[in-house]
Amino acid sequence: MSEPTPDKPVPPKKPAHEEDPNKPAWEKDPVAPEWQDAADDPLAAALREEHGEAIQSARRFAGDLTLAVGREAVARVAASLKAKHGYTYLVDVCGADFPQRTPRFDVVYHLYAFATNRRVRLKVGAGEGEEVPSLTTVFRAANWPEREVYDMYGVRFAGHPDMTRILLWEGFNGYPLRKDFPVEGIDTGSAIYPEYYEPSAGPVAGAGTGWKPAKPPEAAPKTTAPEADAKP
Amino acid sequence: MGLTDSPNILTTTYDKVFNWARRSAIWPMQFGLACCAIEMMAVLDPRHDMSRFGAEVFRATPRQSDLMIVAGTVTEKMAPIVRRLWDQMPEPKWAMAMGACATCGGPYRTYAVTQGVDRVIPVDVYVPGCPPRPEALMWGLLHLQRKIDRMSVVKRATA
Repeated sequence: MSEPTPDKPVPPKKPAHEEDPNKPAWEKDPVAPEWQDAADDPLAAALREEHGEAIQSARRFAGDLTLAVGREAVARVAASLKAKHGYTYLVDVCGADFPQRTPRFDVVYHLYAFATNRRVRLKVGAGEGEEVPSLTTVFRAANWPEREVYDMYGVRFAGHPDMTRILLWEGFNGYPLRKDFPVEGIDTGSAIYPEYYEPSAGPVAGAGTGWKPAKPPEAAPKTTAPEADAKP
Repeated sequence: MGLTDSPNILTTTYDKVFNWARRSAIWPMQFGLACCAIEMMAVLDPRHDMSRFGAEVFRATPRQSDLMIVAGTVTEKMAPIVRRLWDQMPEPKWAMAMGACATCGGPYRTYAVTQGVDRVIPVDVYVPGCPPRPEALMWGLLHLQRKIDRMSVVKRATA
């Protein structure tokens, strides 16, 4: 850092939009990252006209539209977004857990329109044991992300072609991204190595955390049966 | 070893000959699970050169390997596969837990990570570090060689 000398003054800084005419609009005029009401948004208004009360709220965050959608209507809202508004790309499906709230879970769909470079977020609430209609009928890309949401949060999707765990093994007890799941994990040892350990004799992860499973663990299916010649 | 008057005859014990042969040509399995495997690769480069100790022949199959270097995080889903690879290795065989994750789970005390590979296979040498430097892995190999030197043909010292 060199000090400005009296004979060589620092030129005054130009306003942001004069620096580079090729800068994108959001960079010239950045949107503050805070929630704003977006009832006047044309897309939200069009969807309201079409689906009525199924569009529960429309808000905007950092320029992107977020729609809270009724659980039963999410598939047809997504279908009309895809067919009529150009949102042809399902970016991701996420889950969120709010233990103090009713409904407890959120399922969040991120849609993207290549033509207009715009994004829309659909939020669907789901309580414990409630099923969300699967978006696989609209976007085939929803298949694996919805399985991941089920794997991590236990939210099931109605009409999904293969509603099984995708990352964890079948027989895993609990849903690890729920807020009440212990970070240290639970006793999974004898469930995952049934060939090598007696029941309840395997390694215990997270022992002593006081965590109790909500329901008795199901009988662990043999997912990784070793070959006959590989027995010790 | 001792020389006798007869030409070309050495007297020694089985243990000494077998242990010399075993420790001088430890073939590790080409098998890496995480970032520790990068350091394991670095051990083979000309700067560190594990072939000085006869352990440079990484085999791509457990059937031809003597040493399993568990280099990286063992997840609960990977653990049965590690165990199966171990079962497929022929005796005599040794296992080395490389790094904090393979030793005890390392920073990952979670539902998905096995808290130490010694819950699945018997480990001979633990190499500390996160990840261990190549020198540390060579230290572990030299320790393993010392351990092999104490073995007996009829009895396994590590049992």
